[in-house]
Amino acid sequence: MPTDNTTNNKTTRRNLFRKGGLAAGAAVVTGTAATLAAKGRSDGTVWQIDPEKCIQCGNCATYCVLDPSAVTCVHALKLCGYCDLCFAYFSPGFEPEAGIEAPAVESQLCPTEAIKRRWIEGPHYEYTIDEELCIGCGKCIKGCNNFGNGSLFLQVMHDRCVNCNECSIAEACPSDAFQRVPANHPYLLKGEDH
Amino acid sequence: MPILVALFLMPAASALGAERFALPKFKSGYELPPLEVPPAASDALEYLDVAALAAALALASYLALRARSRRALWVLMAASLVYFGFYRGGCICSIGAIQNVVLALLDNGYAIPFTAVAFFVIPLAVTLLFGRTFCAAVCPLGALQDIVAVRPVRVPAWLDHGLGLLAYVYLGAAVLFAATGAAFLICEYDPFVAIFRLVPFTRPNAMMEAFGGSMGMLILGAGFVLVGLFIARPYCRWLCPYGAMLRLLSRASKWHVTITPDECVHCTLCEDSCPLGAIQKPTTDLPRPDRLIDRRRLALLLILVPLLLAGGGCFGRYLGEPFSRVHFTVQQAERVRLEETGQITGTDDISDAFYKTQRPREELYAEAGAIRGRFDIGGTLLGVWVGLVVAVKLIHLSVYRTRTDYEPDRATCLSCGRCFKYCPVERKRLKTLKGEPTTP
Repeated sequence: MPTDNTTNNKTTRRNLFRKGGLAAGAAVVTGTAATLAAKGRSDGTVWQIDPEKCIQCGNCATYCVLDPSAVTCVHALKLCGYCDLCFAYFSPGFEPEAGIEAPAVESQLCPTEAIKRRWIEGPHYEYTIDEELCIGCGKCIKGCNNFGNGSLFLQVMHDRCVNCNECSIAEACPSDAFQRVPANHPYLLKGEDH
Repeated sequence: MPILVALFLMPAASALGAERFALPKFKSGYELPPLEVPPAASDALEYLDVAALAAALALASYLALRARSRRALWVLMAASLVYFGFYRGGCICSIGAIQNVVLALLDNGYAIPFTAVAFFVIPLAVTLLFGRTFCAAVCPLGALQDIVAVRPVRVPAWLDHGLGLLAYVYLGAAVLFAATGAAFLICEYDPFVAIFRLVPFTRPNAMMEAFGGSMGMLILGAGFVLVGLFIARPYCRWLCPYGAMLRLLSRASKWHVTITPDECVHCTLCEDSCPLGAIQKPTTDLPRPDRLIDRRRLALLLILVPLLLAGGGCFGRYLGEPFSRVHFTVQQAERVRLEETGQITGTDDISDAFYKTQRPREELYAEAGAIRGRFDIGGTLLGVWVGLVVAVKLIHLSVYRTRTDYEPDRATCLSCGRCFKYCPVERKRLKTLKGEPTTP
């Protein structure tokens, strides 16, 4: 190889090859850049769970690179029946006595007591998720889907998610429910237009 | 018990969890709170990433080619490791961006983020200008390996060159799996990302866990670090798919780092200074005057090229089938097929997920068949690519080149600057050598 461009300005075969390579390389790089610039978007994509595909396997709680997981439960109250006997809230077999607002821990389904229950009127209670406590295990969702309206579902919370290039929960998801969605519409919410 | 009422609220009620209980008509004036979800985090940091990348590349090129300071390069490298590696968690990186680019080129539904484009293109362009200064001081994966390389031993050239071909194979495989939408192999098997995540100051509001559900990745990373104590930069030299692309571009780079700041005095002092074995000696033996044997060998290799390509293609096609099983839909279809034919009783999560969609089985089988078809073509192309890589390497080895001076091999040299201080001409320039260097 020529030592330096300044000391060897002769057109040798090797020099010619290098110049050709440089031109070809520059063309390829600019070409790729131009194609990508046309296709790219400044906001890009983020990860989200399609609630219709999710089967609440529990991987979201354990496979995320964050601890606790970036996935938490979301409650679409407009789909909720405000049931007294909530299958997402109580452990199976538990019969609440009238007027109990917060039953003992062992009678709650949620392992971290992240579901808060508040009496509204008559037999109707409002259930809200404390996202700070929720670990995204999906136990409550299974209960609600099986016996209730399915108003609870898992979502990737974008104040937590670090948007790994390849999501490690997505790799482990048995139902292919994780997908890249446009960052300006980062949620797939049940009961909302999206 | 609440009353069972027909569903009317949800426009597209899903099969499961359809509205069994209607929303009560509240009399107490209770109003439904709106569904609130946190907005996506601001992407200001991503713009900072791109700015930091461009600045670090410019600085690295200046320090390697102009300032010729190994110490300054080391400081920049450590800073890159802290910022891109430990602070940003090693994501997104140029190596992984290959896959985003491939996916964007082949899948029109995928909008590639601006940062991925920048991380892919900018180091390529800089390499065309200045050589692999990205590897020297910007890439966090390289930096981690460079810092731990305390006792590098010399790897025999044949082994070094042979293993170097793996990077091209890995590049081909990563492109195949990204193009078919099966997996992002490079990210999945990034050996260092688990180490970056060990340090819990990644992002303001998050605590990273060392291993996203897999201990294996941390063990792999520890393995690379251990090997890296004695073999400098094993991932960079033999596996990095982005490095494979940079090797090609660096060969044609406009400028490149040199061992000596002036003329080479052939003192041989730099000969063993490179832990990567990237220093080429001047040629001492003249080519045989009668070059018949060499010509025959080259002719034989040129005849061999189509055979290598064809052989690789056949082998690749054969591998397409097992490779396709990495794709989720193919896995699902296989499981559902086994359950349908009664070879397996009972369902698992994967098949349950399919039954939940209530789609006909044939649709799934057809989809999986189409993906298998893509893997047949992709596998063949991958095989041809590997054949081509081997062929080019063999031909490259058979071509005689005259070299008059000690020079870095433009492909494998990472512009790390370790050789500078071995050069007496450089020492004279820096006035750290007493007396005149003498030519032997």
